[in-house]
Amino acid sequence: MKRLFPILSVITALLLAFALYEALVVAPTERTMGDVQRIFYYHVPSAWTAFLLFFTNLIASIAYLIGKNPKADALAVASAEVGVVFCAVVLVTGPIWARPVWGIWWTWDIRLTTTLVLWLIYVSYLMLRRFSDTAQTPKLAAVLAIFGALDVPLVYFSIWFFRTQHPQPVIGGGGSIDPRMLHVLLINWLAFSCFAILVCWSRFRLENLRHEVEETQALESLIGVANSSAQTKMPLRRGPA
Amino acid sequence: MSTLRSITLATLLKDIRLEWRSKDALNAMLFFSLLVVVIFSFSFDPNAEESRAIAGGLIWVAFLFASIVALNQTWAREMRNQVLDAYRVSPAPANSLFLAKALGNFILVSVLECVMAPLFIVFYNLRSLGPAWQLIVTAGLATWALVVNGTFFAAMSLRTRSREIMLPLLLFPISIPAVQSMVEATRIILTGEGSARFWIVLLLTYDVVFTTACLALFETVLQAE
Amino acid sequence: MNSVKYLYAAYIATWLIHAFYLGSMLRRYARLKQQLKELARK
Repeated sequence: MKRLFPILSVITALLLAFALYEALVVAPTERTMGDVQRIFYYHVPSAWTAFLLFFTNLIASIAYLIGKNPKADALAVASAEVGVVFCAVVLVTGPIWARPVWGIWWTWDIRLTTTLVLWLIYVSYLMLRRFSDTAQTPKLAAVLAIFGALDVPLVYFSIWFFRTQHPQPVIGGGGSIDPRMLHVLLINWLAFSCFAILVCWSRFRLENLRHEVEETQALESLIGVANSSAQTKMPLRRGPA
Repeated sequence: MSTLRSITLATLLKDIRLEWRSKDALNAMLFFSLLVVVIFSFSFDPNAEESRAIAGGLIWVAFLFASIVALNQTWAREMRNQVLDAYRVSPAPANSLFLAKALGNFILVSVLECVMAPLFIVFYNLRSLGPAWQLIVTAGLATWALVVNGTFFAAMSLRTRSREIMLPLLLFPISIPAVQSMVEATRIILTGEGSARFWIVLLLTYDVVFTTACLALFETVLQAE
Repeated sequence: MNSVKYLYAAYIATWLIHAFYLGSMLRRYARLKQQLKELARK
């Protein structure tokens, strides 16, 4: 298992380099949009990866609420943070693509807007985790994740209907896709998925390390109390503190 | 089921009685709502044709901010007097506490809306071109949408640092589909173009989904405090 | 073509965002390792 991480890192780096080459050189140039369309190969895989990560967070959160396993909570935090990062990529590359193609920075494109709302929900999730420092934080965060998941279909429907009333440009290209482009898209998705797994795994290990430090600190202060009690010859309290 | 109802009613009546006796929070909120309306009127001053189209958005944003003020004090009294600890050890279902608080907030925010709405009508010379009764339905569903989640997130924010800012941070993202629905429904009803049915149904769906979620998960949050 | 600038901007922005996050993780990792070392010394 120890070997797996470095091996995966090397594979991922190679995949990403290969995928970049495919996106910039191999993929055919789009007829109407030109080379700018190649942003597509970074924008769409990032979106799919972000949604997968948020879905992982949902499963981990539910698992935590049921089993109270701290590893489930660590996975929840990791997938939420990495998901927010990938989501940010989507939200930045979307407007950069829209500007030369449509002349506008933003549009209420259904996928872009859903991504924005998901990003907001998960940033609020991370804020809750940061501002709440009790032992119950994982439980509260898990509840918030469930609320977020319930919200997403409603968000999707409301934007969908809004767009039928107020027609807007579609970022990301609707309709059928050239098979060669699909091929490059899937390669980039594979590369970014491996990258996401690596980063998530690192964050997971970081979280476990943080727990370890906290426990050691707690133990440290307990021993400190015991020592000072012994020195002043005061009896230690028996039973749970 | 009757225990749920009687405890909910008892808690709700207690809150109303306490609030009526002091009227501190209520007066402050009423004045805040008035100020919000006036400032919005200074900032967005359209003529009659445009006002109907944007009034929906303005009104609901104003209500949203006023309701944050109301929601933030939801659990303040309980915090001061360790009522939550008592509730946790009592056999009373957590849901009745939540329902009572949510209903209390609903009444409070509705009072604020009844004060602010006429002012908006006056400042913006509003007249509804569509069926006005639908505005009442929309307002009811929209207020419940804000209040049910707001009461829940207020409870979640109790043990956080910067408790007051945490509530809007949690509430606003989740409320986006509800806010869009209430604004669009109001706009369609006021301008009389088309049917607001989809938005009202979406609001209803939102209310059902999140009321269920809040009732199902409040026990967890209460135990977690 | 002028719009190719946007293509490079998007790709660079993507990797900047990822680099920023990885950097913050490294920093947190270093800080935790430091704390662990200090605790082990006591």
